[in-house]
Amino acid sequence: MVSAALALVGLLLSMYLWLYKIGALGALACGDGACEQVQLSPYAQILGVPVALLGVVGYSAIFMIALLGIQPRLVGARWPTDVLLVLAAGGVAFSAYLTYLEAAVIHAWCRWCIGSAAIIVALFGVVIAGRVRWRVSS
Amino acid sequence: MAGPQQMKRFYLGLGAIAVVGVGLIFIARARGNAGSIPTDAPVGVGAAFEGHIMGSDSAPVTVVEYADFECPACAQFAVLTAPDVRQRLIATGQVRWVFRDFPLDGHPFSMPAHHAAQCAGEQDKFFEMHDQLYFNQGRWVVDRRPQSRFRDYAKAIGLDMKRYDDCMSSGRYLPRLAREREDAIAAGVSQTPTFDIGGQRVSGALMYDNFRKYVDQAAAAAAAKSQ
Repeated sequence: MVSAALALVGLLLSMYLWLYKIGALGALACGDGACEQVQLSPYAQILGVPVALLGVVGYSAIFMIALLGIQPRLVGARWPTDVLLVLAAGGVAFSAYLTYLEAAVIHAWCRWCIGSAAIIVALFGVVIAGRVRWRVSS
Repeated sequence: MAGPQQMKRFYLGLGAIAVVGVGLIFIARARGNAGSIPTDAPVGVGAAFEGHIMGSDSAPVTVVEYADFECPACAQFAVLTAPDVRQRLIATGQVRWVFRDFPLDGHPFSMPAHHAAQCAGEQDKFFEMHDQLYFNQGRWVVDRRPQSRFRDYAKAIGLDMKRYDDCMSSGRYLPRLAREREDAIAAGVSQTPTFDIGGQRVSGALMYDNFRKYVDQAAAAAAAKSQ
């Protein structure tokens, strides 16, 4: 349940950044221009795909799997937790790479990106806890 | 396992998060648009853009420059050669200058710098910002936060800072700059600065005398063609 809620917050946050990226939002609520510096850098997209859109897709997948995992007929099944674990681990690794870019290459901190990184780390922790609980109970 | 009542509360909670989140995005959108300049954003999608132009439309030679604000050779040309070109060729009506943005991949501050110049262009001061960016390139490329320096340059050239800030935070020129880069690549430009001088393509930070020779050749070819 907690992982679904976290994924939903991450999804909304990514959607906000993606809408900015495609020009649907007039301005980014950031304050000091650092978010724009990050969003306007060449690292804000990978092979032409905006990083924020990758976040939307990733969080959507995590959200759906998390919802599936709490359905009565799947309670006790191991695979939703395993899929969540893989997706969250991938998200943590990707966020670590993006945070490195902000710190060492772009030299600007986008607070929304930091927020997303914090959410995916928290989500990863929640999924690991769930996996450990499943193992103990079985 | 959670009971039906607990699940119901959980789904209501998710719904509340979604409603609040979407609401906040709408509020941010309304605020962002209220503070921006009334223009079709993002700029340049589906519209033809021919570059930033300086000089007379009736000049016999048109020079198209493809350049990147973070490129050192472009800065060298802008500092050492461009002042003479402007004074002796553009101001005298011999050359019409077209600047095409070519923000290169791998230059982390190039896109924000080009965007700052587009925002200055909205206030008819593109070339003033162009000069600030090139003459101060050595400072901002090593800066951890060049965006604040761009803002200083915007102030120095007398921009309306409210409009500049709105423009920068909107990112509305990003699509056009991306398309400019694609256009340059499609046109076969592989390095910066590259100049199309009356149809002849040359690259590098040319010195004035050398540059002048190409312009004279182009002017002679244009004159021969018109006879």
